[in-house]
Amino acid sequence: MSKAWRRKIISAIAEGFCAIAVLLALIPLAMILFYVVKQGFTSLNWAFFTQMPKPVGEAGGGMANAIVGTLILIAIAALLAVPIGCICGIHLAEYPTSKFSSIVRFAADVLNGVPSIVVGMFAYIIAVLPVKRFSAFAGGLALAVLMLPTVVRTTEELLRLVPAGLREGALALGATRTSAVFTVIVPAALPGILTGVLVALARVAGETAPLLFTAFGNRFWSISLRQPIASLTQQVYLYANSAYDDWHRQAWAGAFLLVMIILTLSIIARLSVRRLERMNRP
Amino acid sequence: MRRSADDRVFRITTGMFAAIVLLLVIGIGFELWRQSMLSIDKFGFRFWTGRVWDPVSGEFGALPFIWGTLYSSFLALLLSTPIALGIAIYISELSPGMLRQPLAYLTELLAAIPSIVYGLWGVFVLTPIVRKLELLLPESLRRTPFFSGPPLGVGMGMAAIILSIMVIPFTSSVAREILKNVPIAQREAAYALGATRWEAIKVAIGFGKTGIIGAIMLGLGRALGETMAVTMVIGNNPQISPSLYAPQYTMAAVIANEFTEAADDLYLHALIEIGLLLFIITIFVNFISRFFIWTTKQRMERPA
Amino acid sequence: MLTAIDMERFNAALAPSAAALESMNAKISVRDFDFFYGSAKVLHGITLDIPDRQVTALIGPSGCGKSTFIRSINRMNDIIPNARAKGTISIDGRAIYSSDTDVVSLRRRVGMVFQRSNPFPKSIYDNIAYGLRIGGMRNRRELNNVVERSLIRAALWDEVKDRLNESAFALSGGQQQRLCIARALAVDPEVLLMDEPASALDPIATTKIEELIWDLKVNYTIVIVTHNMQQAARVSDRTAFFMLGRLVEYADTKTIFMNPKEKMTEDYVTGRFG
Repeated sequence: MSKAWRRKIISAIAEGFCAIAVLLALIPLAMILFYVVKQGFTSLNWAFFTQMPKPVGEAGGGMANAIVGTLILIAIAALLAVPIGCICGIHLAEYPTSKFSSIVRFAADVLNGVPSIVVGMFAYIIAVLPVKRFSAFAGGLALAVLMLPTVVRTTEELLRLVPAGLREGALALGATRTSAVFTVIVPAALPGILTGVLVALARVAGETAPLLFTAFGNRFWSISLRQPIASLTQQVYLYANSAYDDWHRQAWAGAFLLVMIILTLSIIARLSVRRLERMNRP
Repeated sequence: MRRSADDRVFRITTGMFAAIVLLLVIGIGFELWRQSMLSIDKFGFRFWTGRVWDPVSGEFGALPFIWGTLYSSFLALLLSTPIALGIAIYISELSPGMLRQPLAYLTELLAAIPSIVYGLWGVFVLTPIVRKLELLLPESLRRTPFFSGPPLGVGMGMAAIILSIMVIPFTSSVAREILKNVPIAQREAAYALGATRWEAIKVAIGFGKTGIIGAIMLGLGRALGETMAVTMVIGNNPQISPSLYAPQYTMAAVIANEFTEAADDLYLHALIEIGLLLFIITIFVNFISRFFIWTTKQRMERPA
Repeated sequence: MLTAIDMERFNAALAPSAAALESMNAKISVRDFDFFYGSAKVLHGITLDIPDRQVTALIGPSGCGKSTFIRSINRMNDIIPNARAKGTISIDGRAIYSSDTDVVSLRRRVGMVFQRSNPFPKSIYDNIAYGLRIGGMRNRRELNNVVERSLIRAALWDEVKDRLNESAFALSGGQQQRLCIARALAVDPEVLLMDEPASALDPIATTKIEELIWDLKVNYTIVIVTHNMQQAARVSDRTAFFMLGRLVEYADTKTIFMNPKEKMTEDYVTGRFG
């Protein structure tokens, strides 16, 4: 009897620990979100979006160039990674069992695990070193490599959710494989693929390390692909390491903006994937 | 069966795009190796064992960084593993069905927060708290090598805490998926023998053990390469010390801090060689992790 | 059990089909056809002739190979890895498994309707126009004509003519299946294969599909797989009974149901197994 009691108590304690573990993880999450909102939201103002950074030590100014810079960087990343990633994903979904596909799938997983700073070094070697100049293009290239595996795997997974009947229906009407894929199968999965791309973009928009020695950062207004360019994350990093209260304030504002972008996109993605799943259950 | 011409064209064209992904992985390894030749040739194995990192005199030994990376990742796993597994177990086995989705979503949100935001929060919010805790530590413990040195807040302990928070969502989501896929018959068998709920969970964990180790190693892969947050809180001082209070340095952090300052080729190659090692280690860790997770999933697809 | 109406149809169907049998105007001829999935042989030496502009039903217990067989007629099985065919199937005397066959144009001549309706996630109009568009037709007027004609033939026009731009998913299950039939008709096939087209539908929708099949055979050669014997009796002129990958008996539908030669056929159609 007492032994049974002991076992029950152990069970209760262990279960209790699991519940505490959840709390332990949620506390930092809540704290981060709380501080980002508290410090960041109050620091946001119109100037933050419209003005350029002020010279060192001077209060005021904003991150207009960094916001635009981040948009340019992720646009370059999307232009490079989305076509390659989607077509690669199509290949994996169409030939799921081939040896080549499993090697590529493995390569995508490996690429997904490569630290972002190492990807930054790679972009530095192939896009900065030969021309001896940091550039927006090099930064976008690094981000493209980072988002590529996500695009590949999301595309593959969503294409596999498309019911086999649609493919058969298209083939039975005399569609070739190419037309079946591009006129029926991909369109059916497109909303999901697009949200997957958005999530991948949101993730790379939050990257800092790979930009340090590719996009490099820029205190001035620049939208040239061949010049160094500012980004939100790098500007936050720079300001966080500074000694000025006003820069700290702006660092929080930048962090707030980043987190809001990422949360919004991930919530949109979540909702639309759910819709897609419902749609594919006729 | 014979395939049509269209099918062949389609296969080859899409296959070329797929090959880009493969070429990228090979290309990264090759370029890192090619651009670290100077350092590899000059120092050889000494690079990994040397403790002196002196760009001015051209002496490069990466041991303090390797130590810092391994030690911080190890400590991070020590903290994150029980919590991540607790979360996985709670969500998949214990929580009311209504809470399951929201909790899963919230814990995975930790993975969506950018590293730089962790760093910012670490520097301005967590460091003062950690410093207070460090001061509260009993004197007897402070005399052990693990807590020697002045309580600065920043340092190895602080880095390990931040890292562990960042790693939790990766480990817990994979572990949760593994537990979800453990055949229900496993648990039923345990219950049928009079097991308590925890004992039944232990059976499930035992069944998915390899996969759960894989989940932990996936977290390790993340911790090893994590850059910004660690750079901001670890103190950036190349020393080898077991003390959690000591400011130390990691491989990723030294690359982040010094890469743009590397004035001569040897310095640059030495930093890229650190990147190469990081690349090799993370591939190795991720490979083992994927393999463990994969074999476990294979086993679960067969009826148990 | 056959109802009185069934019997009426039955007899009405028999007169022309008996005549047609005399000349045996074979649209599809199958000779010693084997089919393999990897090393597993799932069809053994099938030989039969399917007459033009009649309805031929394939019946048999599940796993008997009837679905594999019908999917061999438009080479739908090609998309399964390691699938292999031996022997010949000819349509209008041309072997479809010969190396010079263009699978894509074969499938435009041999339409197919599936067990589960599979409308594309597009509008009703775009579903019907799909086959024409991939065939290169761009002329809007022509497309409109074909869409209308196909929907009329599939007896769906009156129900959807005012909402051609709505999603095909908005239709009921039975309507979706008729949409798929219309979609197949739009590319103007000669043969229409139907793989248990009514198995997922309610009785009323099933009746509509059966009436449609009855009307369509004036213009098309129809092959239908069904597990519902009464349905086979109602809609078909000829019936082939498959079992364990072999063709057991193939004859006039009336003969198969009233006077089968094989004991196995009799046992199956009288419900002793299956």
